[in-house]
Amino acid sequence: MSVRKPFEQTYYPPVPTKLTQFFRTNLIWQFFRFLILNVKILRMVRKH
Amino acid sequence: MARLLILGAGIAGQTAALHAKNRLGSGHEVVVVSPNSQWNWIPSNIWVGTGYMKAEQVTFPLAPVYKKTGVTFHQAKAVSLHPEGDETTTQPFVTIEYTSPEQRGTTAKITYDYLINSTGPKLNFGATKGLGPEANSLSVCTYGHADQTAKALQTVIQRMKKGEQQTLLIGTGHGNCTCQGAAFEYLFNVEYELRRQQVRDKARVIWISNEHELGDFGMGGMFIKRGGYVTHSRVFTESLYTERGIEWITQAHVKEVMPGETAYENLDGEEKSVKHDFAMLLPPFSGVGLKAYNKAGEDITSELFAPNGFMLVDGDYTKKPYEAWKPEDWPETYQNPKYKNIFAVGIAFAPPHAISKPMISVKGTPIFPTPPRTGMPSGVMARQVTYNITDMMNGKETAPTRKASLAHMGAACIASAGANFLNGTAVSMTVYPIIPDFEKYPDTGRELGSTSGEIGLAGHWIKHLLHYAFIYKAKANPFWRVVPE
Repeated sequence: MSVRKPFEQTYYPPVPTKLTQFFRTNLIWQFFRFLILNVKILRMVRKH
Repeated sequence: MARLLILGAGIAGQTAALHAKNRLGSGHEVVVVSPNSQWNWIPSNIWVGTGYMKAEQVTFPLAPVYKKTGVTFHQAKAVSLHPEGDETTTQPFVTIEYTSPEQRGTTAKITYDYLINSTGPKLNFGATKGLGPEANSLSVCTYGHADQTAKALQTVIQRMKKGEQQTLLIGTGHGNCTCQGAAFEYLFNVEYELRRQQVRDKARVIWISNEHELGDFGMGGMFIKRGGYVTHSRVFTESLYTERGIEWITQAHVKEVMPGETAYENLDGEEKSVKHDFAMLLPPFSGVGLKAYNKAGEDITSELFAPNGFMLVDGDYTKKPYEAWKPEDWPETYQNPKYKNIFAVGIAFAPPHAISKPMISVKGTPIFPTPPRTGMPSGVMARQVTYNITDMMNGKETAPTRKASLAHMGAACIASAGANFLNGTAVSMTVYPIIPDFEKYPDTGRELGSTSGEIGLAGHWIKHLLHYAFIYKAKANPFWRVVPE
């Protein structure tokens, strides 16, 4: 991550914590999210 | 025996061809005209552009698939439509010009009873001076472009490995571009590749786009529930750019790409430029330039096509301000209002207007994204239109009964942000409806329960799964219909 400097564009957005970043690639959590995302996508498919 | 003629063999055209043949059997003829010998799973071109995949992994030859399924295939480009025939025949026809090596340049007339225009876009690099792989920037729009771009990327990476600082500019190359999502994917895959090759500290990575804000994606962005708040996609998009150390330039109309420098105008009318060692800038789209003629041979192109070259269908094309836009403006059956046996799907149909609010610079330059039409809605509209046509060909219906308005359709979009099975990520988004309905959902324009976005490895797995599933389907392999559009 770049160093945030006052008033620059990257100063204001939220950035993920180490824990959030960990879960983004944690295999167990992501397998669970994989199932959830597939359900979400299938819900979209069923709306057509 | 009637004939359904399909122009184009992309996501929409291939979906139409396979469903049509499946429903019509041998009782009617399905003919496909495409200038390309290969089918291309375009969403994976971004991976070809970083070297993660080879061009052969995102393409396959069309002819064997059509031979297997009983579809007649002409490797040719459509040149002109004659929906009333000509002085010699009342049968409507399309003039084509072959592109295959054996027949290159020869022309033919293909008659039709029903026509689906799914030609996709013309990549309009000419709209911006110096834009495109034949000039001063790169592209990932075709697998050939992506292959060339991957080689250029490796060149700058090699320079970084020798200790040189490099600036990479990625985004949109004109004020009216669409496909911000594809450029976004390429941006983050490049950033990932730079980290993988341990040269990230040598690179300045800059995003340039015609979006008013990050996270617009040509659909006005979206609102999602996150952490106890309803937040705009701008927030999580800016977060991702910040996390990955990527600078951004928005509200930009690229005016000229020079060797090593890109000039642009912003909404404030300021003329600026940015220097770079590598520039991947997507072009704006237009129609492929089909002409149309009536029975007397008079040019009726403007009756069938909008000024941007996309085909007019059953949308409301009345010019009106953003505040007066309605979901009902968007087409439902994709049937041409004058010639009822002509339909247009995918990128080939003319949208009634943008989705993002139109913005014009103080100098009068339009700087806003035109509507994206991604794979999922393109496939769905192609399927519904094909079902309508086959019902009419089989005598079950006399008019289209199924609808596929983007205003009543949802979409799932997986935007890769780094390709690796263990530490890659992708942004997984769902939106419903695609066209915001501010009467039904006054605050957000969309149903919050069905509109979502998250970043994670699972998205990468899904993107990979979709890559293989859709190529499997497009090859018409056994049980291909199980794979939804």
